[in-house]
Amino acid sequence: MGWNLVRAWTILVYIFMFLPVAVVVLLSFNASQFGSFPMTGFSFRWFVELAQNEAILRAFRTSLVLGSLTAVVSTALGVLASLALVRYNVPGRNVISTLLIAPILVPEVVLAVALLLFLNFLSINKSFFLLLLGHVIFTLPFVILVVQARLVGIRRDVEEAAMSLGASPVQTFFQITLPLLAPAVFAGMLFAFTISFDDITGTLFWKPGGVETVPTQIFAMLRNSISPEINALGTVMIVLTVGLPLLGLAIARRMAAARGG
Amino acid sequence: MSAVTLKDIVKRFGEFTAVHRMSMDIPEGSFVTLLGPSGCGKTTTLRMIAGLLDPSEGEISIKGRRVNDVPIHKRNLGIVFQNYALFPHKTVAENIAFGLKYRNVAKDEAKKRVEQALELVQLPQVGERYPKQLSGGQQQRIALARAIVIEPDVLLLDEPLSALDANLREDMRVELKRIQHRIGITTVFVTHDQSEALAMSDRIVVMSQGRVEQAGAPEEVYNTPETEFVARFLGSSNILDGTSNGASGEEVAIDTAGFGRIAVPKNRAPKLNGSGPAKLVIRAEKLHLAKPETDPDGQIAVDGVVETVDYQGQAARYFVRVGDLQLQAINMIDDHPFNEGDTVSVRVRPRDCAALPEAR
Repeated sequence: MGWNLVRAWTILVYIFMFLPVAVVVLLSFNASQFGSFPMTGFSFRWFVELAQNEAILRAFRTSLVLGSLTAVVSTALGVLASLALVRYNVPGRNVISTLLIAPILVPEVVLAVALLLFLNFLSINKSFFLLLLGHVIFTLPFVILVVQARLVGIRRDVEEAAMSLGASPVQTFFQITLPLLAPAVFAGMLFAFTISFDDITGTLFWKPGGVETVPTQIFAMLRNSISPEINALGTVMIVLTVGLPLLGLAIARRMAAARGG
Repeated sequence: MSAVTLKDIVKRFGEFTAVHRMSMDIPEGSFVTLLGPSGCGKTTTLRMIAGLLDPSEGEISIKGRRVNDVPIHKRNLGIVFQNYALFPHKTVAENIAFGLKYRNVAKDEAKKRVEQALELVQLPQVGERYPKQLSGGQQQRIALARAIVIEPDVLLLDEPLSALDANLREDMRVELKRIQHRIGITTVFVTHDQSEALAMSDRIVVMSQGRVEQAGAPEEVYNTPETEFVARFLGSSNILDGTSNGASGEEVAIDTAGFGRIAVPKNRAPKLNGSGPAKLVIRAEKLHLAKPETDPDGQIAVDGVVETVDYQGQAARYFVRVGDLQLQAINMIDDHPFNEGDTVSVRVRPRDCAALPEAR
C-alpha cells in the first residue's frame, strides 16, 4: 500500500519534469501556425523552415564549432591535468585540484560576470576565442573529475611493466595509459560538448556582438514571439544532447564487451 | 661474471633511510632471494635494480655496465609484479609480444617466440583470450611469459606468489623454479615468505630495517643464523641468554641458565669470538621431548612441564616450561602426543645448537 503511493508519486514527479519536454517534441510536428495546442495535423514543416532559417543555421554552426573545440581543448587539458595530479607529486596538489574543480561550485553567473570584469579590467575585447576560453573553464572540472576517477583505477605497475619491457614513457602513455583511459576521455569529451552546446548563462555574457549560439538564438527569438520553429529547434537540441551521450555510452559498452568485459 | 652488482647503495626518502649502504653481487644464472618483513627495504632494493627508483648513493651495474643513469626501458629487464600487471586491453598473445615490438623482432619470429613462451608456462591455448578471462595463477604465468620472452639480462620478481591462494602458491613455486632452471636466467626474487625463500633460492639475503642481516645459501642461513633477527625470522627458534667461555679446539662452550653448559661446534658459531655474553639458538624441531625414564643417549637433558599443546596432525608444537624459561618444541608425534601438565625430559644435541654474539 505504502509502496504503491511512493510509486505513484514518483511517476507523477517524472511526468511533471518530462511532460513539458514531450510537449515541445510533440508540438514541433504540429502543422498549425501557432506553437501551441490544439494539434491541427502532423507535419515536418517547422523543421524545413528551421533548415532554411539563416540565423538559426549560423547559430547552429557556431554552437557545433564552439562545442567541438571546447570538447577537444577541455579534454586535452583535463587529461594532462589529471595525469599531473594523479601520477606526479606536484607541489600544492590539493590547492590546484580544488581550483580546477571550483568552476562547478561557483554559480555560473558569478563566474561569467567575474571573467567579463576581468577582461574589461585588462581591456581585452570580447571575441570567439574568449568565449571558447570561458567554456573550457567551466567544462574542465567535469573532464578532470571523470578522467581522474578512471586514472586512479589504472594501476601504476601496469605502466611500469610496459616500461620494463622497453616502452619509453611516451610510448607507454599511448600504448597503455591512453587506451585504458579511453572510456573516461570519451565520456569527458561528450560532457564537455553537451555542456558547452547547452550553455546560455556564460555565453550571454561572453559572446561578442553578432555571434549567437543555439541557446542564445532561441532566447532572442523568444523575446519577439513564440514561433513553432523554436519547438523544432528544441527537438533537435534534445536529440543532440540526449542522443549523443547515449550513443557514446553504447559505443563504449561495445568496446568494453569486445575485449572481454 | 656478476649479473648484478650493487656497490654501497643507499636510498633515502627525505629523512628516512630505506636502505643503508648495501653491497651485493648476484652471480650469473643464480636465484637470489631478498627476504625480510615488510618495510625492510627489499622491494626498494628491487626497484632500484629495476630503475623504478634512483639510489641516493652508490652504483648499480648490470652485466658489468653501470646503469645508474639508464632509464628502466633501456635496462633489458623482465619484471613480474605482485598483481601480475597484465595489460587488460590486450590479448594474452599481445601482452607477451609487447616487449618484442621494441626489440625489432620480425613478425614471424615474434609469433614463434610468443608460442614458445606460452608453452614454457604450460598455457599454449590461451593466446587469444584477454587477461580477465584467466584465473589468478594463469595470469601470473602469462606475466612470467611476458617477462622472459624478451630474454632479459635479469628477471626481477616482486612477491609474485603472494596474491595467489595457498595451494596454487606451492604449485607456482615449483613451476617458477623449474622454468628458471630451464632457461638459466639470473633471478632476483623478493618475498616475505621464508618457505618460498628456502625452497627456491640458491642464495638468500635476509634484510631488516634497510640492512642486510645475513646472506648465504638457504641451509647456511637456516642452520647457522648470524644474528638474532635471522634466528627469529626463519623458522621457530628458542633463543637463550648465555655466556661464552671462548673456543677450545673445535667447540665453543656456552653456559645457559636452563641447559647448563653446551659445547656448540665452532662452525655453528662463526661470529662468536672470545668470551662474553652470547645467545644460544635451538630450533624448535631440534628440541626433543621424551618420557623422563628413557635414556637420553648422549643428549643434554633437563626436566620440564608441558604447558600448551598445539596439535598439527603428524606433528605437534609444544610450549614447555623449563625452570624460568618457556621453550617451543615441534616434534613428530609417535603414538600419541604429550598432554598439558605432563612432566617431560627436554633434550637437545649440542651439534644442533647454534650460537651468536650478543647484539651490539
